Amino acid sequence: MRSVVAPPAAGRPRSALPGFGLSLGFAITYLSLIVLIPLAGVFTKAAGLGWDGLWQVLGEPRVLSALKLSFGTAFVAACVNAVFGTLVAWVFVRYEFPGKRLFDATIDLPFALPTAVAGIALTALYAGNGWIGQWLEPAGIKIAFTPLGIVVALTFVGLPFVVRTLEPVLRDAEKELEEAAASLGATRWQTVTRVILPAVLPALVTGFALAFARGVGEYGSVIFIAGNLPQVSEIAPLLIIIKLEELNYGGAAAVAVAMLVISFTLLLAINTLQAWSNRHRQRSRAAPALPHPVLQGEGS
Amino acid sequence: MNQATDHSLLDPPQLPFEPLLQRNAVVTEQPWVRWLLTAAALVFLGFFLLLPLVGVFTEALRHGLGVYWQALTDSDALDAVRLTLLVAAIAVPLNLVFGVAAAWAIAKFEFRGKTLLTTLIDLPFSVSPVVAGLIYVLLFGAQGWFGPWLIAHDLQIIFAVPGIVLATVFVTFPFIARELIPLMQEQGNDDEMAALSLGANGWQCFRYVTLPNIKWGLLYGVLLCNARAMGEFGAVSVVSGHIRGETNTMPLHVEILYNEYNFAAAFAVASLLAGLALVTLVLKSILEARHGGELSTSRRH
Repeated sequence: MRSVVAPPAAGRPRSALPGFGLSLGFAITYLSLIVLIPLAGVFTKAAGLGWDGLWQVLGEPRVLSALKLSFGTAFVAACVNAVFGTLVAWVFVRYEFPGKRLFDATIDLPFALPTAVAGIALTALYAGNGWIGQWLEPAGIKIAFTPLGIVVALTFVGLPFVVRTLEPVLRDAEKELEEAAASLGATRWQTVTRVILPAVLPALVTGFALAFARGVGEYGSVIFIAGNLPQVSEIAPLLIIIKLEELNYGGAAAVAVAMLVISFTLLLAINTLQAWSNRHRQRSRAAPALPHPVLQGEGS
Repeated sequence: MNQATDHSLLDPPQLPFEPLLQRNAVVTEQPWVRWLLTAAALVFLGFFLLLPLVGVFTEALRHGLGVYWQALTDSDALDAVRLTLLVAAIAVPLNLVFGVAAAWAIAKFEFRGKTLLTTLIDLPFSVSPVVAGLIYVLLFGAQGWFGPWLIAHDLQIIFAVPGIVLATVFVTFPFIARELIPLMQEQGNDDEMAALSLGANGWQCFRYVTLPNIKWGLLYGVLLCNARAMGEFGAVSVVSGHIRGETNTMPLHVEILYNEYNFAAAFAVASLLAGLALVTLVLKSILEARHGGELSTSRRH
């Protein structure tokens, strides 16, 4: 009963606005019913297998290779996006060129285009007779129906995460710092790698992690182009569906839990990183601007 | 009123600062480097984003308008369109109400566990859509916890419309809330406090002060939420059961047609969804251009 003695301000809303109890109560109830309780159900189901059962499912060669494939291809795709996403963000923030507004809008296409549509479109492009596939296949590069196809699909899906995370940070980066670097004798390359890159690195890592997390769980755009060969190009989400169709609910839950645990760890890392970089940015901003001698004398 | 101010000493805003900076070679690259980087970025975007989009429409119209039209007016296709619209019409308003409530609590008040709540709201984004479907099968499926009870009462959630709605609500859960929370935090409480001090009650304060302030951000969130709700595939695929004419949404219909090697029809239905995506992008760009100041900072261009 310590709360009775506690000062009334502690833990109470400090705002005079109404509706705190109602809105928070509703939000938490809805969140619990739709997200938290159902998600807890997966963990309960997997826990029902016991440690041994859980390890047995996760130790199956088919499950292991599916998890490895999902995380591996998502990692490669996120790396590709980190490089090209940075390039795209840089070009769109720093340069002017005709058609910029139009291209800028298309960057969000993967957010807006249903994944199944992206899936069949990419498959049509990269299949042996497709627009791109017909040029690559003679060169011995098969993309559709191989793990490479999965990487292509995940690159498509993840690109906007990197670009949209980087853009605001690049836009806010202070050009004064670059001028200072240049005036101190740095070459442009040194300025870019030692002044700009460190400043945008936290955002880049965040974008990378977001693209990676999305790629791990991605289903719609992948299953069409993957070919879905067990132990070769069968992703973890597909394996969950297969186990469900076999009415192996426990097995499905076990694979899901493995994916969730890894994704949640990642989410936690992103949030910690973001909190850290926000604090970092605020601290560097917090330095008070020195009053300008001329303007001060003039104002009043 | 100092007449003899030396203007050369004034702060940069009085000088032609920006043009000077743009011409300033030390803070940009050589022209050929700029050109090369721009070309590389545009080629990448062209190959990875534009080509698939163009491909959808080309494939859809490959066998002429007649085949295209036939595929779209097929009764199964029309049922799929109807179901997709119905599901979005239920899921989006639900998440709208939640988004406003959550944003009101989080942005306008201080309380313990706020960061945790914000993180939990984003949770569905980091859950695979397939897992989103799975969790409801585990709860409401025939072998799930509530399965026997549901069967005894002749209720069906999985392999029926309620399951599709639930799965859609889950995957679109954070969209509106995460648009509103930063926006309302930036706006602060001053307007609402003024309204209250002038005698408005809580509802009036929300209806006439908060709502007009957040309307464009709200619309932005609804737009993104709706695009995802209509296009969701993985989560819906798990709970739908793929019953033609009954539990087939448009994306699922695309899959069925594609797996039957009926590519023209599959791409025809897909082109409708791609059209939806394009409309979404256009509206989104318009919102950003016209009302950027009334969206959260991260959305301004």
